Amino acid sequence: MEPITKFSGKVMPLPVRDVDTDQIIPARFLKTIDKQGLGINLFNDWRYLASGEPNPEFVLNKPESQGATVLLAGDNFGCGSSREHAPWALMGWGFRAVLSTSFADIFKGNCLKNGLLPIVIDEATEKELFAAAQSGPIELTVDLESQTITLPSGRTVEFPIDTFSKNCLLAGVDQLGYIQNQMPTIEAYEKHVGDRVLTT
Amino acid sequence: MSAATATLRRTAFGALAFGIGTTEVEHVLATQCLLQNKPKTCEVRFEAAAPKGVTAKDLILALIAQIGVGGGTGYVLEYTGEAIRALSMEGRMTLCNMSIEGGARAGMIAPDETTFEYLKGRPHAPQGSDWDAAVERWKQLATDPGATYDKTITVDVTKIEPMVTYGTNPGQGVGVTQALPDPAALSDANQKAGLEKALAYMGLEAGKSLLGKPIDVVFIGSCTNSRISDLRDAAGVLKGRKVNPKVRVMVVPGSEKIKAQAEAEGLPEIFKAAGAEWREAGCSMCIAMNGDQLSPGQYSVSTSNRNFEGRQGKGGRTFLASPITAAASAIEGAVADPRKYLA
Repeated sequence: MEPITKFSGKVMPLPVRDVDTDQIIPARFLKTIDKQGLGINLFNDWRYLASGEPNPEFVLNKPESQGATVLLAGDNFGCGSSREHAPWALMGWGFRAVLSTSFADIFKGNCLKNGLLPIVIDEATEKELFAAAQSGPIELTVDLESQTITLPSGRTVEFPIDTFSKNCLLAGVDQLGYIQNQMPTIEAYEKHVGDRVLTT
Repeated sequence: MSAATATLRRTAFGALAFGIGTTEVEHVLATQCLLQNKPKTCEVRFEAAAPKGVTAKDLILALIAQIGVGGGTGYVLEYTGEAIRALSMEGRMTLCNMSIEGGARAGMIAPDETTFEYLKGRPHAPQGSDWDAAVERWKQLATDPGATYDKTITVDVTKIEPMVTYGTNPGQGVGVTQALPDPAALSDANQKAGLEKALAYMGLEAGKSLLGKPIDVVFIGSCTNSRISDLRDAAGVLKGRKVNPKVRVMVVPGSEKIKAQAEAEGLPEIFKAAGAEWREAGCSMCIAMNGDQLSPGQYSVSTSNRNFEGRQGKGGRTFLASPITAAASAIEGAVADPRKYLA
């Protein structure tokens, strides 16, 4: 997993509430067993016309969105199916952080475990960012260490994240990697507790 | 835990169960454990008995319409009240299965005599004195009287009628005779835009009810509504009647076991005589990963749990409803009120 520390990136606005994971990536693309390569199907049914050509009206296809690393979305982003392909597809396209006033629980957990940073912002910040993005491409700076984003206006806003996820993201270690690093401690513990009784 | 939100139906037994992502599955397989933060608790009270024609599916669709698809985010719900106690285990599974559609991590129901009766004698259930000891233990699982929750929601069950969704998320639902909401009446610009987008995708007009809206497909199945009681309920409506010839009707049992049971009870004959297809067990048109898909623009009445854009096929439009509403709609070839078909 690639560490997240501090980066500045272009913002792609998607002012839609309750974006479900079926929109992020439809079920018919879940037959893969690889986390890679899903970026081409990100927002597939909004992104492509019936002919298979990119829909020029959809924000992801606009020239100013190319190279964006921050997605600015409406409230309750990532609801619906628990499919982890949603963060994989977002990352596959190039996003490193998603901003919303709230995220669906499972989606948020899936993001944190894959190195995609879900940033919860307040409504005033959401309004300021969507308004700024209306008049042209914007950038913002994400600093995970200080848990802040710096808006185009220069205003700095703090965001919440649990300490364990933060440390994993800063180090670029996923949870399994973290646990595996603790193997000597775990083995010592297992020896100490001896045979445990399994209960049903 | 399972890598599918469908696993939530197990919470109907008083067990905590929730969907997880693939990486978490990997973590469980490697370590037998999973880091969890304690969720907030919310009591959802369904006071009073459910009116005629109002099933478990209608209760959960009414709740989600009330709180919204993000209304339960961060919470585990506990369903309580007279309408819940009156539900069969299968109805409880339907209800709990859709807790995630309200954003909740899970939604639980305290075990009671209905639970114990359902479990007794099933494969892997304890036997003899082990059974008695297990029941005593399970009785301790219920929330203590007077316990406090982080939040309490009350649903007025007497006001619920058979529910149908009109939009592109499970929170966009109304009573089958009710008019669809008007975006013009909403003050929040975001919500207004969301409703306008949903109605445009669905090709529907605000201010009218869905009754009589012609449909192309009826799907009775999915982890939400494909248990034996769901199939019996649908068969009860379809028995001796014919489905509208313009409508393709698929009945898909939830498992091989349910399929065998339905066959032993003669249900497929009822479905086939009515003009419906009796299919192999599976997910079928709930998720449209195989050939069972809507064509762009087509309408379905579906007993599954999700009506997101394209969920049942790109451009497809889904009305979520109960098995009896789906069966009544199959007969009329349009969204229908099931109450007139009930004895």
